[in-house]
Amino acid sequence: MARITAGVGSSHVPLLGVAVDQGKTRDDYFGPIFAGYDWTREWETREKPDVIVLVYNDHASAFDMKIVPTFAIGCGERYKPADEGWGPRPVPDVIGHPDLAWHIAQSLILDDFDMTIINEMDVDHGLTVPLSMMFGTPEAWPARIVPLAVNVVTYPVPSGNRCWALGEAIARAVASFPEDLNVQIWGTGGMSHQLQGPRAGLLNREWDNAFLDMLIGDSDAARWIPHIEYLRETGSEGIEMVMWLIMRGALGPRTRLLHRHYHIPCSNTAIGHIVLEPAD
Amino acid sequence: MTELRPTQDIHAYLAELEDIPGTRVYTAARARRGYHINQFAMSLMKPENRERFRADEAAYLDEWPISAEAKAALLARDYNTLLDMGGNIYFLSKLFSSDGIPFAEAVSTMTDMTWPEYRQMMLDGGRSPEGQRSIKGGY
Repeated sequence: MARITAGVGSSHVPLLGVAVDQGKTRDDYFGPIFAGYDWTREWETREKPDVIVLVYNDHASAFDMKIVPTFAIGCGERYKPADEGWGPRPVPDVIGHPDLAWHIAQSLILDDFDMTIINEMDVDHGLTVPLSMMFGTPEAWPARIVPLAVNVVTYPVPSGNRCWALGEAIARAVASFPEDLNVQIWGTGGMSHQLQGPRAGLLNREWDNAFLDMLIGDSDAARWIPHIEYLRETGSEGIEMVMWLIMRGALGPRTRLLHRHYHIPCSNTAIGHIVLEPAD
Repeated sequence: MTELRPTQDIHAYLAELEDIPGTRVYTAARARRGYHINQFAMSLMKPENRERFRADEAAYLDEWPISAEAKAALLARDYNTLLDMGGNIYFLSKLFSSDGIPFAEAVSTMTDMTWPEYRQMMLDGGRSPEGQRSIKGGY
């Protein structure tokens, strides 16, 4: 049977993709950020996940305001890197896992999560930057990807509780897939950042780290954080952290910390990264 | 961290979103108001549209059902006014990418700082949330 073996949380700042694509990952500015991912890159070469359920948000790339799905799952064969206005990133195409993706989609719908199904789309930095951070610059990505796109832009976005519950349902869906697959789930985005208005540039190291703490062990406190708290404490774009709760929910009642990293700043944003595994 | 469940009363929920200093949360009301501003910005994802826009910005904008005030704000790259009119930063970013301006520099134009001052603030740890959390509460 398929099983979820680990969860990864990571920021997905577009500038990190630029640093990778331009070979600047070890300079004075980016070096301390990328050093915090060295452990994970090495760990991933040993873990060799077959599939990653990659939770991310689209930034007006595949979706515009014509259609705003709250939760959408990619069931396609492959996805190209999106042209976000400066040409597509020079990274490999993302190869899907339609059998598992459709199985998860059907299971989720039967489990009361009314998913939007996507068969064709391009994927933007929200999805490709985490792949670069965890896998570096391979010829082909070493795992199949099931993209799971969440609306975290147009309010109301889904609640933390709903995201956590979706993660729990994804874990049930994966566990009922008959093929023997090593599946990881990644939650991306965040941490504190505000990209708009006179309050732009807000960062909150203390709150971000308290959030990371809450993902470890048997606490479910994070699922009850209301939207307004993310907005007040972590800036208007910090709400992306609800996507980490899908990852956390999928890991079950208890987690064990494998790795953790935090760095300020990257462009407008606080970088957070965590690796967790389900604990008995 | 509070452990309260999210507000379930939609009116109270929406009212709270307006209580954050210097912030325009992209609510359904703003998304409706700014729909064509954002779809205009989205159109700049296509190279041929970018070229036409650069050739004659005002003429290109006239193809869209956008108010005269919003057109003026777009021409002036007045991003705070565009936020007030329902523009969303991820859509507006198509405009400043077309202008060839880095994301953080464009963001800095919405603050009371110059780009070098803003960049330095970020290197120094960013803007503190202290006093920036609530208009009514003043904390």
